[in-house]
Amino acid sequence: MNKPIRTVSIFCLILFLALMINATYLQYWKAGALNDDARNRRVQVASYSQERGAILVGRNPVAESVESDDEYKFQRTYPKPFVYAPITGYFSYFGATGIEQSKNGVLSGDDPRLFVTNLLDLLSGKPAQGGNVTLTINARAQQAAYDGLKNLGGGVEGSVVALEPNTGKVLAMVSLPTYDPNQLASHDLAAVSKKSKQLNADPSEPLLNRGIQTRLPPGSTFKVVTAAAAIDKGLYDADSQVPGGVTYQLPLTHGPTGEIDNEGRACGANNSTIPFSQAMENSCNTTFAQLAGEVGAEDMEKTAEGFGFNQHYFDDLSPQAISEFPQGVDEAQLGMTGFGQFDVSATPLQMAMVAAGLANDGTVMKPYLVDEEQSADLNVLDKTEPEEFSQAVSATAANEVTKLMVDTVDNGTAAPAAIPGIDVAGKTGTAQTGQSARSPYAWFISFAPADNPEVAVAVMIQKSDIPRSEIAGGLLGGPIAKAVMEAVIR
Amino acid sequence: MPQSSALMGFVHRRRRGAELFLLVLALIVGVGAYAAVGIGVEEEVPADLFGYGAWLAGLIIGAHIVIRFVAPYADPVLLPVVAALNGLGLAVIHRIDLAREAQGRFHEFAQQQLTWMTLGVVLFVITLLVIRDHRVLQRFTYTSGLAAIVLLLLPLLPGIGRTVYGARIWIRLGPFSFQPGEVAKVMLVIAIAGYLVLHRDALALAGRRVLFVDLPRGRDLGPILVMWLVSLGILVFQRDLGSSLLFFGLFLIMLYVATERPGWLVVGALLFAGGAALAYFLFGHVRERFDIWLNPFDFYDSGESFQPVEAKFGLGWGGLIGRGFGNGDPNRVPFAESDFILASVGEELGLTALIAVLMMYGLIVERALRTALICRDAFGKLVATGLGSAIALQVFVVAGGVTGLIPITGLTTPFLAYGGSSLIANWVIIALLLRISDQARRPLPTVSDDTAAFSDDATQVVRLGGGGLT
Repeated sequence: MNKPIRTVSIFCLILFLALMINATYLQYWKAGALNDDARNRRVQVASYSQERGAILVGRNPVAESVESDDEYKFQRTYPKPFVYAPITGYFSYFGATGIEQSKNGVLSGDDPRLFVTNLLDLLSGKPAQGGNVTLTINARAQQAAYDGLKNLGGGVEGSVVALEPNTGKVLAMVSLPTYDPNQLASHDLAAVSKKSKQLNADPSEPLLNRGIQTRLPPGSTFKVVTAAAAIDKGLYDADSQVPGGVTYQLPLTHGPTGEIDNEGRACGANNSTIPFSQAMENSCNTTFAQLAGEVGAEDMEKTAEGFGFNQHYFDDLSPQAISEFPQGVDEAQLGMTGFGQFDVSATPLQMAMVAAGLANDGTVMKPYLVDEEQSADLNVLDKTEPEEFSQAVSATAANEVTKLMVDTVDNGTAAPAAIPGIDVAGKTGTAQTGQSARSPYAWFISFAPADNPEVAVAVMIQKSDIPRSEIAGGLLGGPIAKAVMEAVIR
Repeated sequence: MPQSSALMGFVHRRRRGAELFLLVLALIVGVGAYAAVGIGVEEEVPADLFGYGAWLAGLIIGAHIVIRFVAPYADPVLLPVVAALNGLGLAVIHRIDLAREAQGRFHEFAQQQLTWMTLGVVLFVITLLVIRDHRVLQRFTYTSGLAAIVLLLLPLLPGIGRTVYGARIWIRLGPFSFQPGEVAKVMLVIAIAGYLVLHRDALALAGRRVLFVDLPRGRDLGPILVMWLVSLGILVFQRDLGSSLLFFGLFLIMLYVATERPGWLVVGALLFAGGAALAYFLFGHVRERFDIWLNPFDFYDSGESFQPVEAKFGLGWGGLIGRGFGNGDPNRVPFAESDFILASVGEELGLTALIAVLMMYGLIVERALRTALICRDAFGKLVATGLGSAIALQVFVVAGGVTGLIPITGLTTPFLAYGGSSLIANWVIIALLLRISDQARRPLPTVSDDTAAFSDDATQVVRLGGGGLT
């Protein structure tokens, strides 16, 4: 009977070999595919249970993981939720946004640069820890911007973005209405789900980071771009006389639809010239429509693109909405682009870049929000170096426009942003919404000190409860911009 | 005292010292795993580690001492391997207990399993003490055959039979529930071996040759048809695919070994294939299992394949070296402490441990079949082969089901999984294997000098059982 017993042995050997091969296939070859399956809750729970690194402003965390006693081991908390929500985003069981999403690799510890640290942790039995992300944000400027917008009233929708002109560092980025990321990071998943649905359905879009995601016509603030283009082309300087007028009939048009005015501001008689400073101080639509025509569609577009229109330049948060300067416009449309109407649209970040570019002698720096990425033991993995985005206009042109903007603060519509003892350059804007029921959008851009700028600000107010008549970029946006600039300078 | 034998160049050695050494290693596995569970899950060495370790050591060393006295030539590898598997199983069950406790569902499966293990070791010792020669069992061929069939039918009786998750394989008497199929397995092996020893000549020699295959005579087909019907009955009435496959495969292997005719395998395989095909077309639950096996991920969202897919996720999550005790989530798989305990092992201890566990089972089977090879009587050979292949088939069916190699069936993982009936039955199986191996490895009494045999009172008459030397 021994021969069949040996055969049975071989049969059993084959059975066991099959089991081992199958187990190896499952646990080695197929393990990656199994872990990538979206329904694999183990992977989700694990990534959710990791001790994530902190998001820091200066030395203070604005997002950090603290130990919790439940299945997920760590609870993500946001010490200043409303002020920083548009930047940090949230880290919930169902997904992440903001820096939590864009820098997830470092924060979670999955980044390949953390491999050696993780390996050492594994060998020494410590659980793997994520690295930290340090932001370029200036805490005081951020708070000033938030408080300024918040003080406009309950229903305010708007955004403030501040940049450091010579580096491109984002010093403040605020968006209202905002939300509490702590509620979305909660481990009570049913409540998170409910809250998430509620936030997504909210018509005021609290989850939106208006600083980079909302594009609106920049209105009169765009006049500084038109002025820069005209001076850069050699047509004028700050002391020149420019065309004025009570009204201006756009080329190719007849009658009132193609006729623009200045809502009663003093811009000289038709077919006369006025000083450039007066045109800027009084925000003369008639002047800038004519300047745009003199510069021409091609050069207007080139200058606008130099400042960042039609371009992607911001990687630290996503998605960045692309600000638009229309292409292939006719002469009438070109005239309207001169004062930031027609199809011109810009995000608050874009207008901050316009101000910063003019402040930095025409050199536009690529904006960035992440200053440093560190491992858990505070070794610097990566420090962002300032990077030139473009030379939008010549230094001369930039300085001439600066003069005009300082005049506008000193003597014109931008007066609310004036800081005693410091030269401030600024420009207001009030853009038509195209709907009579909605109040116009209020804009304000500025930078200071004018001779050696440390900060450039753009304020955008999309909607507020303040009556329509009072809407003017200067009145609403000016004081906020002033507070932010003061926070940086002082 | 080593003594050489002409038979297969076999050296008769007791090797009890080796067994003791291996047992210490097995204890380190069991107690170490228990400590690792405590450290991994609760970040402290369990308070009862010493008591637990002493209890485990007492059981194992007790079994060892009994072997020293009543089966000194028994195989030295079987007990340590079984002890290691049982110890590892206890630790994994304890880990699942802790996971459930964290969810507020309080269980003491590990505690109960330790009780079952104690009972198993006691029965192991009793078996070794009572059955001093395995050939005695041959007398109970028909008794145990009848007992096996009664045991298999018990769950179908109204009143004491219980249907648990679709399979009617449980009986309940008062506070105790029991899976009689596990005991029936041992009884069946004895019955089949006894029957085959008597009838193997008729089964082997008569028959006709059709297309290179020796087919058996029609009248000899009786028992195989009975066995086939029993298997199908289990499948249809008890809905227990695993046991059905196990019993029929077991019978086929023993039949093949007894008759040395592969023709039986052909007939058996065809019968099995026919039965399986019939079951597929006739029964919805068989068809459903089969479809889920082929495309488990398609049925995950509906919840039908939650268990196998979660097991696969767990195994993939474990990877090569596993997550470590306390760092995985084995409790996500339903029945992680019993039917799917291999998935728990694979998730927290990794492919490495899973392969090691499979190797240990392979080792048990190898030792059983080796015992069958060197055994001197046909009955012992058949019983050892039967018990060995029963473990091989059972492990294949269970592990294959957990890892998705074959459809999922409801068999327990020997020694590892939580379950009293199975644990006790398997300890008895090991006792029987040790008894047979003790007989097989024992040196032959010197009977060469016939005259001395008559003159010397001390000389024993050695009866060689059944088939004698083959």
